[in-house]
Amino acid sequence: MFQRLPEDARAPLSFLLDGEPVQGRAGDSVAAALLALGRDACRETAVSGAPRGGYCMMGVCFDCLVTIDGVGNRQACLVPLRDGMEVETQHGRREPGR
Amino acid sequence: MAREYDVVVLGGGLMGAAIGYGLARLGRRTAILDEGDIAFRASRGNFSLVWVQSKGLGMPAYSSWTRRSAERWSGFAAELKDETGVDCALQQPGGFTLLLSDAEMERRIAFLAKLHAQPGFEPYPYEIWDRSRVRQVFPGIGPEVVGASFCPLDGHLNALRAFRASHAAFAARGGDYFPHHTIEKVEPLAGGGFRIDTPGSGFTAAKVVLAAGTGNARLGPMLGLHAPVRPQRGQALVTEKASPFLTHPVVNLRQTDEGGIMIGDSQEEAGFDTSLGLGVLAVMARRAARMFPEVGRLNVVRTWSALRVMTKDGFPIYQQSETAPGAFLCNCHSGVTLAAAHAALLAPMIDAGRLDDTLLGAFSTRRFDVPASA
Repeated sequence: MFQRLPEDARAPLSFLLDGEPVQGRAGDSVAAALLALGRDACRETAVSGAPRGGYCMMGVCFDCLVTIDGVGNRQACLVPLRDGMEVETQHGRREPGR
Repeated sequence: MAREYDVVVLGGGLMGAAIGYGLARLGRRTAILDEGDIAFRASRGNFSLVWVQSKGLGMPAYSSWTRRSAERWSGFAAELKDETGVDCALQQPGGFTLLLSDAEMERRIAFLAKLHAQPGFEPYPYEIWDRSRVRQVFPGIGPEVVGASFCPLDGHLNALRAFRASHAAFAARGGDYFPHHTIEKVEPLAGGGFRIDTPGSGFTAAKVVLAAGTGNARLGPMLGLHAPVRPQRGQALVTEKASPFLTHPVVNLRQTDEGGIMIGDSQEEAGFDTSLGLGVLAVMARRAARMFPEVGRLNVVRTWSALRVMTKDGFPIYQQSETAPGAFLCNCHSGVTLAAAHAALLAPMIDAGRLDDTLLGAFSTRRFDVPASA
């Protein structure tokens, strides 16, 4: 659904999404990078398991939760993408200990 | 024109709703008069344990009454689900008090022995577990946990759903609920029965039940009843939802049916002040994280406080007025644990116009009528 603007000349950043090497751009939030990759849903809800993805993109709705570098329930829209980051789909509730 | 009922219950918290439901189920025309959402509402802030262990030092009858209610909870929960479709998420797998030092362990063993050694105390099963046994149930305990006391009768539930289910079941049985009906006056009528006045409405009833929590201190004297109750603040916090890892409730922390870890057991004398403080919250969170280090890594998403309804000696009050028979005073701070007994046992006694002396005699306010110098 989302496409990069053609004039976007920012440098690419490599990161892992569920173990697969993928690319975003310098200056992306994790949530923006996921949407640009076509990953509209990045988690399943804690109670009913329904798919959810970034919505408000400004830290309010808590719908873009992902596991980043082993820590669950991170708000992807508030975390700047970094080179080598490991991002994982969050399946339901956060696992204690990560 | 006053509305007429068989019974009017003053107070729509969990206690009022459970008693009201019990009466409506017996076919009595019952009304619950309640304040609005501004009411101090322990039923919305409590910790949701159905708890037996530790209760009753100083009054063995309290332990017996608590145990009777805990034993009835599974039937009560099934009944509420049947009446309303609401699942209270009751689980009674047994519960723990975790101990973080040898000194705590010794104190706990001594306390439980003293509790059970009281004359007239109905013994309940409990065990003292060492660390290795605790680890078989809770592999994630921290290095400081030396052991635990375990009681197989303990459990927990989703108290918000139990509260909603009690009200829904009351309505389903034909009960009438009146929010925003703060009581101005309640008085016995010359020919028997009672009149209750709220701003804009009047009610008459053959019987009246005072289940207004700390409000009973104001209402009781209108009917010749003495209610020495005060608010006692408790603070609580809850973490983000986590996948299931606590299989049993612990007295100061538990994993809710939806995954959040609820932490709380503070007791403060602060009047009607419901403010929170990082000092108390931090102490509770720290202790929980010492018990389960993984809990310490979770984010806290909400904190709140609520006011327990605490009687002078901490035990419940069940008393029929001597000067105005048909008026019943009911107070307790464990409205969740006791809800099943309130619906199944207390409501029929109120309906019969007589509190059973064997079960409830100890909870009379006569126990407070002792000279201060004695």
